[in-house]
Amino acid sequence: MKRQLPFLLVFIFGAFMTIQYYIPHESSEFVYTFLLDWTMIIGIFALALGIWSLYQVSVEKIKHKKENWVYSYVTLFGLFIMVVLGFTFKVGDSWGLYSVFVIALMAFLYCLINASIAKSKGLWFGLSGVALVVLLGIAYFDDSWGVAFMTSEGLRNTMFTNFADFVMTPILATMFALLAFFIASAAYRAFRARNVLASLLLVSAIIVMLRFNPYMPFGLPELIAELSNWLMNVPNLAAQRAIVIGIGLGIVATSLKVILGIERGYMGKG
Amino acid sequence: MTEHKNIFDKMMTLDRRWVFLFLIIVCVATYVVDFEIPINTEPEVESIFNFLDSLPENDIVLIAIDYDPNNLAELHPMTYAVVEHLWRKKVKIIFTSLSQLGPAMADQAIRDISDSLKVDKTYNYNGVEHNFKGREIVNGVDYTFLGFKPYYALIILGMGQDFRLNFPSDYYGTPLDDLPMMQGVINYDQVACVVDLSGGNITDAWISYGQGRFNFPLMLGLTGVMVSQYYPFLGSGQVSGIMGGLLGAAQYEELADNPGRAKDGMRVQLYAHYVIILFIILGNIGYFMTRRNRLKGGN
Repeated sequence: MKRQLPFLLVFIFGAFMTIQYYIPHESSEFVYTFLLDWTMIIGIFALALGIWSLYQVSVEKIKHKKENWVYSYVTLFGLFIMVVLGFTFKVGDSWGLYSVFVIALMAFLYCLINASIAKSKGLWFGLSGVALVVLLGIAYFDDSWGVAFMTSEGLRNTMFTNFADFVMTPILATMFALLAFFIASAAYRAFRARNVLASLLLVSAIIVMLRFNPYMPFGLPELIAELSNWLMNVPNLAAQRAIVIGIGLGIVATSLKVILGIERGYMGKG
Repeated sequence: MTEHKNIFDKMMTLDRRWVFLFLIIVCVATYVVDFEIPINTEPEVESIFNFLDSLPENDIVLIAIDYDPNNLAELHPMTYAVVEHLWRKKVKIIFTSLSQLGPAMADQAIRDISDSLKVDKTYNYNGVEHNFKGREIVNGVDYTFLGFKPYYALIILGMGQDFRLNFPSDYYGTPLDDLPMMQGVINYDQVACVVDLSGGNITDAWISYGQGRFNFPLMLGLTGVMVSQYYPFLGSGQVSGIMGGLLGAAQYEELADNPGRAKDGMRVQLYAHYVIILFIILGNIGYFMTRRNRLKGGN
């Protein structure tokens, strides 16, 4: 029964979701919407599980001082501190004791993490208690900043926006920008006309790269643009279409195997 | 004994730091020196521009900002170009962001574009002069920002039933029913088209679960490397137009007579491509000459 019930549920709901696509009736739409809601709810549990798993993995890494264990502190601090700071916003002209609040919050987290891995748990729990009292005291008595949960005023002026605009966005954009240099270096090393296929790849790549080059004489830009369009619309289209159709058929086959209970990998072992 | 290397050997095995150095010099120089390069437009981008330009006042377009800061350089200019064009025409916009780090960037773009539209400006495209009178862009009147929800495929399906299903309130916490522009707007049926600006496989979900099921006109703005992957959908008519990378954004700016960050970036991209092509040619000359010398030497 422990195994049959999940199979039965998968079969019923999988078959229903397939069939309802072809039934444009109100009742079918109602059940479909109801199931979508359920999928979201189940998904949220997966999210919570993911956060717990990340916490466990990071704490384990710190506990056993595995390679680069110090960065696990950064992960955990980032995870929990952003949740708290994300909802805080400035009320007046200054941030008041906000910086002390942030330090107390980090100290609280640090002590709490150590309390779960150290032998002298009492000491760390005590220290985390002190930090908690300090940060709650500041949060309660300091009027220069406030806490907003998803309100228009708060979201327009939160630390979350500042972190996103001035920390997260530049970091990620910079990381990705570095890729240009590696692509340049890789292109220089890899694009060698060693054989016919490599030569074709090389010529195609250069044509596509030059397709918007406006400086060539004798109507060459138009010719290259046409060639580039042909490459994209004929050989590329044919290959991509084959891939898309192959993937589509693969998805249908795998879905059918899951619905019919042939593929049972999602159940874990066995 | 040190092995003697001729110039062709050196061309073959150039230290990659030289490539990096040359590239950074060219990038910085072309960014700093202000000059304009002509942009030729392509039918894939023209079809998007023509469709959006033909929309009457007060029509609604859904713009999905489905990218992270990773793709900022390529896709943010598209957002600016398309949104500014639509707001100049007083077309209303519903924004969503089904990528985790998207909402903050969408919010930033909305703030920036709202500011830039406060001043009067004259545009000249399709052979007609358009005088734009600067105006305030108002949340709930000119746009609604729904924000982010996880599980994009489900959200796309859910919005086909009712926007309120997954987004009872907008990003700023205001219930959708309290926003003037959302009165009578239930689902995709009230939306003229969807423009998905994406740097990942959320686009697949928009095609399969969105356009495939609800049959709305779908236009894509993608990163340069993704473009070739989505040509089959353009051929089949599932997608009405594709803007590819910075070039696509620059073409849209050219069509809308609104030069901005994409056209600025194209200077850098064009010359960076020249550098890459130059190094590829050098590498190949080195390869062929070394091989010829080796064959001559009987090795």
